[in-house]
Parts: sequence; structure tokens; C-alpha cells
Amino acid sequence: MKTETTPGYAVEQATQVEGWNRPPVVHPDGEGELLEVSMGPHHPSTHGVFRMDVALDGERVVKLKPVFGYLHRNHEQIAESASYLAMMPYTDRLDYFCSLSNNWAYALAVEKLVGQAVPERAEYIRVILAEFTRVQNHASAIGFLIQEMGASGTPLMYAFREREKILDLFESLTGSRMMCNYMRFGGCRVDVTAAWLEAARKVAAGLPQFVDEFEALLTGNEILMARCQGVGVLKPELAVNAGITGPMLRASGVNYDIRKVDHYGIYDRFKFRVPLGDHGDIYDRYMVRVLEMRESIGILNQALKEIPAGPVMDPKAKIRGFKPKPGEVYGRIEAPKGELGFYLISTGGAEPYRYRVRPPSLINLTVLEDLCLGQNVADVILIFGSVDIVLGEVDR
Amino acid sequence: MENELKIELGKQGVFVTTIEELYNWGRKSSVWPMQFGLACCAIEMIATTMARYDMARFGAEVFRPSPRQADLMIISGTVTKKMAPQVVRLYNQMAEPKYVIAMGACAISGGPFKQGYNVLKGIDRYIPVDVHIPGCPPRPEALLQAFMTLQKKIEAQSLTGEDRPRHLNAEASGEFPVPEQGEHDLEPPVNRLVWPLPAQVK
Repeated sequence: MKTETTPGYAVEQATQVEGWNRPPVVHPDGEGELLEVSMGPHHPSTHGVFRMDVALDGERVVKLKPVFGYLHRNHEQIAESASYLAMMPYTDRLDYFCSLSNNWAYALAVEKLVGQAVPERAEYIRVILAEFTRVQNHASAIGFLIQEMGASGTPLMYAFREREKILDLFESLTGSRMMCNYMRFGGCRVDVTAAWLEAARKVAAGLPQFVDEFEALLTGNEILMARCQGVGVLKPELAVNAGITGPMLRASGVNYDIRKVDHYGIYDRFKFRVPLGDHGDIYDRYMVRVLEMRESIGILNQALKEIPAGPVMDPKAKIRGFKPKPGEVYGRIEAPKGELGFYLISTGGAEPYRYRVRPPSLINLTVLEDLCLGQNVADVILIFGSVDIVLGEVDR
Repeated sequence: MENELKIELGKQGVFVTTIEELYNWGRKSSVWPMQFGLACCAIEMIATTMARYDMARFGAEVFRPSPRQADLMIISGTVTKKMAPQVVRLYNQMAEPKYVIAMGACAISGGPFKQGYNVLKGIDRYIPVDVHIPGCPPRPEALLQAFMTLQKKIEAQSLTGEDRPRHLNAEASGEFPVPEQGEHDLEPPVNRLVWPLPAQVK
């Protein structure tokens, strides 16, 4: 069958970008055959439905081609025919571990578009919820990573035990365990009660013990060190050039945290450090996540202590039926997985003309081949797990 | 056999049962699900197997990565048109007897993403579904409820007669045609054997 290419854009040229073209797959000795393996879309450790076409020379990976799209749910297309508010529940389903962070990023973008301020108390609630989300996301991500190493379930059990406590908080506040749909343009949907804050303080007070226990199990574990150290090294230059963000970038030693860079919300009021890695291998990515959990707990304690009284919603804020002035805006936050951004173009209508999600999972996944080349096939699973992706966000 | 006589015999150390009861009891007590997550609901499925909800109480904690070793397929999330052929193929690869739970609004009907061009409007268009769970996502308790419903269904099946299950019927096939990617949509768009046209009421 003859395929036609769009004028001015040849497929061959697209792969010729300097630094990105790969040598053709041939056996290094010039003899023998390469084994081509299709991992996924049903694979116990692909975090959902993701496929990797891997070419193997013995155990060594010589080529890896990711195949996306098995969970493409038309998120952006639906946005173009839905009102601004109607997209809020859809953002829950982007990265379904961190629905509250997604809510925040989207609310931030729309607030920027319409020029809406957020009351003080609502900002504090947003920080508290986002940091709880970060803790449970990192705990689960580490749990899944270790599960892929072969520790069937044990660290994941610890992570999910803690996650259930945090989800109980989310549920009692928002009505849903996972799909919270809580933030609104100009504040939050309902106010937190004193009892909820007390419960949140109790959960936050128990978290350091959990991280200690988690670390006692894992950090010095010989198998974990042998499997993770020096595997899947991401050089800082490549990380910056490829647009990697989040714990993965910081594990390579690049000091870039949007909470510090953008000062969005009220993050400049809290004292916290940005943990950085040294080597950029899987172990550093694990370690950065553990340290970020500790920093998040610190932010939680400060926010839960300082939270002021007041309204949670700007009384003049328009939630539904508004038509923003024509313009474009990009709102971003430091989601647990990296930079989550929403790019909105308004032409003055009730629905966005263009709605684009900048998902951290997808962009962090672009270096997968660079990390995996030359590694053993068993390590591909580990490297993949250490990127920490959620397919709902990759394919949208 | 009368129930009172059964109890009387039981007191004397004699256990009387029927092959059917014993067979179904064995089947329902060790339903192994396939380790197969599609989208958001998969996280709730994992939460169900964890300590708080503990699916092991129902003999179903052994998630098998291979369809050959699994009895139950939990369709946990949105089935896209790209993924639907693989889902049907995995179902075909499972050994009889096999059961399907459609978990969540997306697996039942497409859910919130129903208007999307790439979303299948319910997996029961291609394979028979035993239990549907509504919710977006359903709570772990809902999955446990669905699981108990499935166990009741297995308990009630008769081993002989017209309505015997598929794996005891030599003429019935447990394989369903795998849809292919057509020019505009999956081909065929539905399998009329499992998704018949609604009866017309005049």
C-alpha cells in the first residue's frame, strides 16, 4: 500500500534530528539474530496498558520503541466542547493517583485566564491536599517499583496502608476516594472542619514513622542496592534537553522545583528543601522520592499549624457560565510526577478553543530508550518503574 | 435429600453432598483473577487486594499475570478501540470456566469518556460479562460485592441440562471473534451474539 506524506513533512526527515537518530539495528558481531520482544500492552508491570517493542542481543537491549495510545481517552478533544467547569472532573482522571494536584493545576490555569484571586484559607487547603497527594503518590510509586523488582506486594502493602489513611481524609472532605473534583476557580468547593484538620494532623503526625519504617525495610536492602545502583543512569544534560521534570530530574542533580521557581500558591511561606540526587540512577530516584516525602511532611505540619480562618471561596468568583476574554494562558504546578501544565486558549466563548495538557509522565517517558540501551532486559522493567508514570496521563 | 436428615447425618459424622454442590463450592472458593489493569479502576482493584479490604478472604488474592492460569477477568477501566482487540484476545486465551467482571462506568458503557472517538462503549459488545459494577471508580467494597455476586452465580449453576455452563457443553465455544481495526471503527462494531439488537415492542 502506498502511503502519502503530508507536503513539507517527510517522515524520514523527522528522525534525522541531530542527536536523536539511532544506528540501524544490526547484531554487533555481524552474525546471529536479534530477538524482538513486544512487552505489553498486557504485562504485569507496565503500570497499565503500555507497550515496548524491544530488540535484544542476548539479554542486552539494543533498541526500544515505546508504543502509546492504548488508553487514549480523548481528554483534550472533550474539553473543546465542554465548559471550563465541566473539565474539572476530567482532570481527576488524568493522573488518577493525584487527582487533587491535577485539580489545582487546572484551577490555577483558569484563574490566571480570568484574573481570579484565591482566598488565604483556600490556598492553605490546596497546599495541604497537594502535599498529602505527593506523599501517597511517592509511597505507591516506590511500592510498585519494588514490586517490579520481585518483592511481590510487601512494600506495596505498607504504602497502601498509609495511602488508605490519606484517602480517608480525602473522602471525608470531598466525598470521593480517588476522583475528588474538589477545587474550583477562586477557591475550594467546601470548607474543612476543625475535626477534619485534627484528623489530618493526626495522619501527618504518623507519617514520619511510616517513612522511617519504609526506609528501614528498603534503603539499606542489599538486593535493592544491587539492582538499582548504577542502573538506568540519566545524565543531567540529557534530562534538561529532554524536558524531564520532577523527582526524575532532581535525581540527576538538577535543582529545579516549580514550587521554588514559580512561587505559585503560597509555597514561598514554607520552609522546605529540595532533595537532589548525585548519580541519576534508579537508586537516586528512589532516594529523592523518600526525601521528598519527608519534606512534604514538613510542609504539611507547617500548613496545618498556620491555617487561618476565613472564607474558602471568593464570593465574587464565577464558577460556571463565564466567558473569559480572548487570550492564552499556561498554568503549571509541581505535581508529584513533575511539571503538570495546562495551556488554555480562549476565543471569548464558554468553552476553551484549545486545551492542552503538558503531562509530566509522557515527557519523562521520552528518555526511556536512552536509559534502557545496553541494559539487561530485566532492568528495563525497573527503569520503567522508576520513571513513575500513570497511563491516564501519558495517553490522555 | 432433606435438610433435616442431612443435619442428623452430619451429627453422626457423615457428610453428605451432591457432586454439583461440591464442584461449585470448589469453583467459587478459588477464583483467581487475572493481573490486568486498564485505567483508574485498576488502582481500586489493587486497593481491594491490600490489607484493609483483603480480597484473600474470598480465595481470590492470587492474581495471575498469565491468562492461561486465570479464571476471572476484571475489566478495570476504559477500554479504548486500540485496546479492545487485545482484551478479547486475552479473554479467548483464558481456560474455561472463565468469568468477567466489568468494573466501573467506562467498562460498562464508556462512562464519562463515552463521547470520545476512541472509546469503546462497553466491553459487553464483544465478550459476555457476568457482573457489572457501576461507579467511577467503584469503591473496593463494590468490587467485593461484585465478587460475592459472582460466587453466588457460580454456586447456582447446574452441571447438566440446557442451562449448564459453557465449559460443560461440548457444542458451546468459549472463544469470541477478535475485532480488527477497520477504516473508521472496529470491525465488526459489535458482536451480535453477545450484544443482540433490543427486542422491538409494538
